Amino acid sequence: MIFFWAFVVGGLFCVIGQILFDVFKLNPGVALTIFVVSGAVLEGIGLYRPLINFAGAGATVPITNFGNQLVEGAMQEAEQHGLIGVVTGIFEVTSAGISAAIIFGLIGAFLFKPKG
Amino acid sequence: MLQGRTWIFDNQPVIISTGTVGGPFEAESRIPEAFDILHDDIWMNQSSFEKAQQIMMEEASQMAIKNSLIQKEDVQFFISGDLINQITPSNFAAKTMDIPYLGLFSACATSMESLALAAFFLNSNGADYILSGTASHNAAAEKQFRYPTEYGGQKPPTAQWTVTGAGCALVAKNGIGPKVTSATMGKIVDMGVTDPFNMGGAMAPAAVDTIEAHLRDLNVDASHYDLIITGDLGQVGQEASLDMLQKKNIGITEAMYEDCGLTIYRKDQPVFSGASGTASSAVGVYGHYLQLLKEKQLTRILVVATGSLHSPLSVQQKDTIPCIAHAVAIEAGCDGS
Repeated sequence: MIFFWAFVVGGLFCVIGQILFDVFKLNPGVALTIFVVSGAVLEGIGLYRPLINFAGAGATVPITNFGNQLVEGAMQEAEQHGLIGVVTGIFEVTSAGISAAIIFGLIGAFLFKPKG
Repeated sequence: MLQGRTWIFDNQPVIISTGTVGGPFEAESRIPEAFDILHDDIWMNQSSFEKAQQIMMEEASQMAIKNSLIQKEDVQFFISGDLINQITPSNFAAKTMDIPYLGLFSACATSMESLALAAFFLNSNGADYILSGTASHNAAAEKQFRYPTEYGGQKPPTAQWTVTGAGCALVAKNGIGPKVTSATMGKIVDMGVTDPFNMGGAMAPAAVDTIEAHLRDLNVDASHYDLIITGDLGQVGQEASLDMLQKKNIGITEAMYEDCGLTIYRKDQPVFSGASGTASSAVGVYGHYLQLLKEKQLTRILVVATGSLHSPLSVQQKDTIPCIAHAVAIEAGCDGS
């Protein structure tokens, strides 16, 4: 059943993105920012974790999950170290994704001409 | 002689030769024979797309000179412009050409603005030979105006495909070839469109304004011309402008109204609404339509190149898109060439 809900929820994120493009005429950069911030807000009010439990990859693959993880990391660290944890924890969970982007970006830049 | 905002060129300057260059996507187009040189790689052995565009501009200029009987030293002015920041590809091409240079920016209306100015100089004995041309590069324009190509940003169906190419005309006071008989300078027309992915729709009213002014200044109706050819309105802009023109009762019909943006690429090439870019009208006219004039399939055409004069900054600041259209009338030479 989780496959079904992953499909539906992931698809709904895409539908929202398409509406942001076509109805609200937003550019891809703004749409992306809205998704990241929305994910962060949803996690802040405690709704993103239940969504992941419900829809699995349907909620973890979209970029909203990046916002979710920023807040998740900050809150985890804040519990252990207080306010300073908010600063140190933001990239705690997301560091793998960010590092991968940098490393694979570097490899890509060596192999191709990244000038488009 | 000036009538309204139209110059009538009594001395009838002549387009004695042309040079056109295209990229690999243009080699697959409907009119590959319109190009003197076709590159099979969009980099053209350069380190950047802007340099590739410069190379195309240089090649088109050199080709126009080669296709004529004159030498480079006889050319007195080079009038050119393009879409890239501060028209640097044209500036660098002018450095290579080593000919006195006038840089223009009218976005995609640059082709006809430069031809009109060249004709004006020649008509008033300001020169004997002038090179007039422009170049655009798809990947350079994407980077300048849209998103990096790797980003893969989605485009709406009203978007257009910037032509990778260059077109250059060598215009002379006397000679054999199609004659430039008049030119109408456009006014800025801004209907408040803010979507840079619908430039055809934004530019359509500018084309209508200039065509109407041209016919009024010459006191003729549209049937005076075999074809009225717009530069890069694409499907969306062409239909919208034809609608507006037909309501003005100037005798225009669908059959005599063509657009380089729809002439260049095949229907199955993924160009959305059609071709665009400064090279759209330049290669369309210099490569394709002038050939039809030479073959006597056409005797008199009006070319209306339209330009969206926005910048990436003005779009980010949510300004509207100011548009312009410059028109040049070209007739087959009396000796049939």
